[in-house]
Amino acid sequence: MRRLIDVSLVLALLAAVLGSFAYLSLDLQSLFGNGGLDQMVAYAARFLSPDLSAEHLRAVGNGALETLAMSGLGTLLAVIFGLLLALPAAGRFGWPLQSAARLLLNALRAIPELVWAALTVLAAGLGPNAGTLALALHTSGVLGRLFAEALENAPPEPAAAIRLQGGSQVSAFCFGTLPNLWPQLLAYSLYRWENNIRMASVLGFVGAGGLGQMLYTTLSLFQEAQASTVIIAMLVLVLMVDALSDLLRQRFVRA
Amino acid sequence: MLKSDTRDPATFPRLLLTLLAIALLWPGIHLSELNPGVLFQAGSRREMGNFVSAFWPPAHDPDFLALLWQATLQTLAVATAGMTLALILAVPASLLASRALSLGAASRAGRLGFWSRTLRMPVRGLLVFLRSVPEIVWALLFVRAVGLGPTAGVLAIAITYSGMLGKVYAEIFESVNQRPAHALLQAGSSRLSAFFYGILPDAGAELVSYTVYRWECAIRASVVMGFVGAGGLGQQIDLSMRMFAGAEVASMLLAFLVLVWLADQLSRLLRGRLT
Repeated sequence: MRRLIDVSLVLALLAAVLGSFAYLSLDLQSLFGNGGLDQMVAYAARFLSPDLSAEHLRAVGNGALETLAMSGLGTLLAVIFGLLLALPAAGRFGWPLQSAARLLLNALRAIPELVWAALTVLAAGLGPNAGTLALALHTSGVLGRLFAEALENAPPEPAAAIRLQGGSQVSAFCFGTLPNLWPQLLAYSLYRWENNIRMASVLGFVGAGGLGQMLYTTLSLFQEAQASTVIIAMLVLVLMVDALSDLLRQRFVRA
Repeated sequence: MLKSDTRDPATFPRLLLTLLAIALLWPGIHLSELNPGVLFQAGSRREMGNFVSAFWPPAHDPDFLALLWQATLQTLAVATAGMTLALILAVPASLLASRALSLGAASRAGRLGFWSRTLRMPVRGLLVFLRSVPEIVWALLFVRAVGLGPTAGVLAIAITYSGMLGKVYAEIFESVNQRPAHALLQAGSSRLSAFFYGILPDAGAELVSYTVYRWECAIRASVVMGFVGAGGLGQQIDLSMRMFAGAEVASMLLAFLVLVWLADQLSRLLRGRLT
């Protein structure tokens, strides 16, 4: 019986794959055959000579700084909101607040950054401000949930000891719970920052500033040389942030 | 009687780190023009209020629901077709890139020689390149190259995901017990049969589970890629947003959430069954 189910699962998978190709009626033959491939190669070749003029480099540098600022501030705002939401979500203030906070976190997290960005662009206008807010909204959902789980798993004894000695709730949290939690919080935040620098560089596609907006406009104007510089800048930025967050992780998150 | 000490010995370094962080982030506030207050200004609040108040009730006339159904199917099809194409590229690439099938390493207790390392570099480099450009950038490029529609989305997923799958597959091959494969290689079997009998039995479950997880990610990605014109649900959301049709946006966001939830459940089922 189990074998029958497994076989039918595999058959269903095959059917799904064939069905999707049929549904999309992908005509790869005409895409790559009779000159299509040559056209694509010609299009790709125009990216091979990036525009390295000083003026364009300066514009790209500004865009990169903007992207970096968007990702950094978006993550920082998300850390603050995430922590504020994680406290009720971990059940610190009773169950009504807990379920409300969980619902809010799920809603924030379920909608992708790009959709948030499309909404914040409507609300806050074009520009990096909308991108920062969109990143902050989605990331608060993700970090809030991770922080809440970390809070629930944190050992209660240190905080209880401080409470028994007559310390206040706040100092029990700051000196009993937080020191245990802090490396984990930092690790999660750094991980989300690495994610957000990638997202920040593409949020511009819906008008939320940064390198993405430059890439979108240059591609729309068929300036492949300029677009290629922007793509290189994105890659460099991502690599730099990865290296930096690796450094911070080694310094502050001791396993 | 113990006297309570109000000093916190770590105050100074903490203060210093905080000041440093603020000094670094301060220019960022200007660069990102951060101003959450703009959300609460009367003008934008009215705009937003109008838009959001149109969310209820979500659009549900039959014509729109038919469109929504088509868009959802298209999103699913884009993810599945993209994953299939990605697998076609990722499987050979991972076999070429993985150190697990190195003849040199098999006869040297797993240490790689100069040549076996150098010859794998180009494949590894290609995989890094394919996955380090985000899929939505590939989608944007392909929309310019092959026109609006799902084809661009399929190609974008195929390219990015072949990079990711190829890298992770190669690592999974290296993470399982290497001795069966080494024994087979040294006994003179071909690399392919060493792979099939020495590595695949160990690595199979993990491979399936990662592939299914990636398929789930591909669904999310294909929705997002619609925003640059790669078809499916995303493109419809983008269109409705530009027309300020709040009701349509609401029902499409709901459809998206349901789709992601279903994919999550299905992927859990498949992982439970096939591993």
